[in-house]
Amino acid sequence: MNIAHVLARKGTKVVTIRPEQAIREALTVLAEHNIGALVVVDEGCKSLGILSERDIVREAARNERVFARTVAELMTRDVIVGAPEDDLRSVGHTMSERRIRHVPVMDKGCLVGIVSIGDVVKAERDQYKGEVDTLQIQLIEDRP
Amino acid sequence: MTRAPIRTPDRPLRVAIIGAGPAGYYAADHLLRQDGLTVSVDMFDRLPTPYGLVRFGVAPDHQKIKTVTAAFDKVAAHPRFRFYGFVELGKDLAPADLRENYHQILYATGAQTDRRMGIPGEDLRGSHPATEFVAWYNGHPDYVDYQFDLEQERVAVVGVGNVAVDVARVLCRSAAELATTDIADDALAALRGSRVREVYLLGRRGPAQAAFTNPEIKELGELADADVTARPDEVELDPLSRAELERSPDRATTKKVEILQGYALRKPRGKPRTLVIRLLVSPVELVGDATGRVVAIRLARTELYATPAGTLQACPTDRVEELPVGLVFRSVGYRGVPLPGVPFHDRWGVILNEKGRVLDPDSPQPVVGEYAAGWIKRGPTGVIGTNKPDAAETVTAMLEDAARGAVLTPAHPEPAAAEALVRQRQPNCFSYADWLRLNEQEVARGRAAGRPRVKFTRVEEMLAALGR
Repeated sequence: MNIAHVLARKGTKVVTIRPEQAIREALTVLAEHNIGALVVVDEGCKSLGILSERDIVREAARNERVFARTVAELMTRDVIVGAPEDDLRSVGHTMSERRIRHVPVMDKGCLVGIVSIGDVVKAERDQYKGEVDTLQIQLIEDRP
Repeated sequence: MTRAPIRTPDRPLRVAIIGAGPAGYYAADHLLRQDGLTVSVDMFDRLPTPYGLVRFGVAPDHQKIKTVTAAFDKVAAHPRFRFYGFVELGKDLAPADLRENYHQILYATGAQTDRRMGIPGEDLRGSHPATEFVAWYNGHPDYVDYQFDLEQERVAVVGVGNVAVDVARVLCRSAAELATTDIADDALAALRGSRVREVYLLGRRGPAQAAFTNPEIKELGELADADVTARPDEVELDPLSRAELERSPDRATTKKVEILQGYALRKPRGKPRTLVIRLLVSPVELVGDATGRVVAIRLARTELYATPAGTLQACPTDRVEELPVGLVFRSVGYRGVPLPGVPFHDRWGVILNEKGRVLDPDSPQPVVGEYAAGWIKRGPTGVIGTNKPDAAETVTAMLEDAARGAVLTPAHPEPAAAEALVRQRQPNCFSYADWLRLNEQEVARGRAAGRPRVKFTRVEEMLAALGR
């Protein structure tokens, strides 16, 4: 199973924000879509970084005026990016090892989706469920 | 959008399922099990017979996997389930016909075609998609007259997924082994005269990345008529794969590498055929002779590199070799086929969707009343049972939408109207009762020959068997 298989049934919509926007706006967008991270893009839709709820929490713990800061100030610039052909399993490993919860997916220079650790877990769970079900049917049919 | 009435026994939620494979059946099962909601399901297939890839994809020597059809027959026995075989969307029925008769339409048409390798010589004579060979040996009516040159002694199967393994294994089976299966009669006759001696299974990546599963690869070591072998240097773990396995140990992968390394150490036992597993090679060209027939495949050795997200991918080097082969099957991935009037994601070969809700690629908002399940929804991955949670997810979306009235508004939702329309458009359509009669006859013909069944492979044959 690869990333494209996950995006096929998730859709390729990515919620984005611009670097000059305020954290207050970013929080509104996160809450509105009930998600945990935003991809930060410039006017040409080039991906610049990622802003996660963790980035905001970290700043909020030390700065009361976190809401007025800009996305550019808080975002993570060094982003691990996935490709549609990446194996889901290795992406899952990378995410748990590097403690990241969102991987934007780029295809030929275009942002085509985002995969969260929740997506990875769900896809793997469905795969195991399916395998167990298939094995069970075969075992039951084996009984005299 | 009008608010839909409560779906009662008088006015059931009418659902059309396009495609009678596992995803379609699992979805029908979920839909028909709902408490307090009456759903009526019509399942269509462009072929007369149901079960999709369980009948036409699963290899004939893997009968046990086909026992899942017993569960499908239970679904089909439900009083609010109807089957219409030999009815094709876009030919016998237009998308508008479905919208006139159903509240919801579920596409479960699978991945019917193969991905191309994108290399020169791909269309030379003697080079085929593995799907065509699989459909042919499984008695798919569209492929029954296909011919494959089994006079050739050397065959390459490009790909190391389970389909590639199926093709290689069927090519290596003895006639005696095949004769106890439900392989199509024409294919059995052709394979009986096969002169194939060497089969090469070709994978771009290394032993740890090969897609085949352990039971399938183990089975290759137990063939009556073929020695299996691999090259020691190609089944050795490269440093990147070794490091990944150490970081995140995985028993199945370790076992797979062990099995392959075991094959590399095996001494040939003098069996008439040899199956060679080649890894870390990537086809760069098919070479033809003056008549346009394939005579060789050029392979570049590959090296693995890690993508930023951690996947090990293959990159061809300039070390190229030529492997003489007279027949090539490509099995490098599968893709869906676009359906008339339904949005399609061409690059991934799927209907783009959100939890099964078909997405309009422009907005991208869900299209009211249209859904996808199975391989056309997620792409060709997983085993038969994977379609169960997949279909359940889609049905959940369908029921949510139905509950808030976001369904189509058919002019003729009564089941009798659809029945009349279908029979008028395709008088030769097959009902489930028709299929059960065909099934009995196939099984009876098989019993006489010591086989699970002898398949009908032509529509005319099936019609005649039903006395039409």
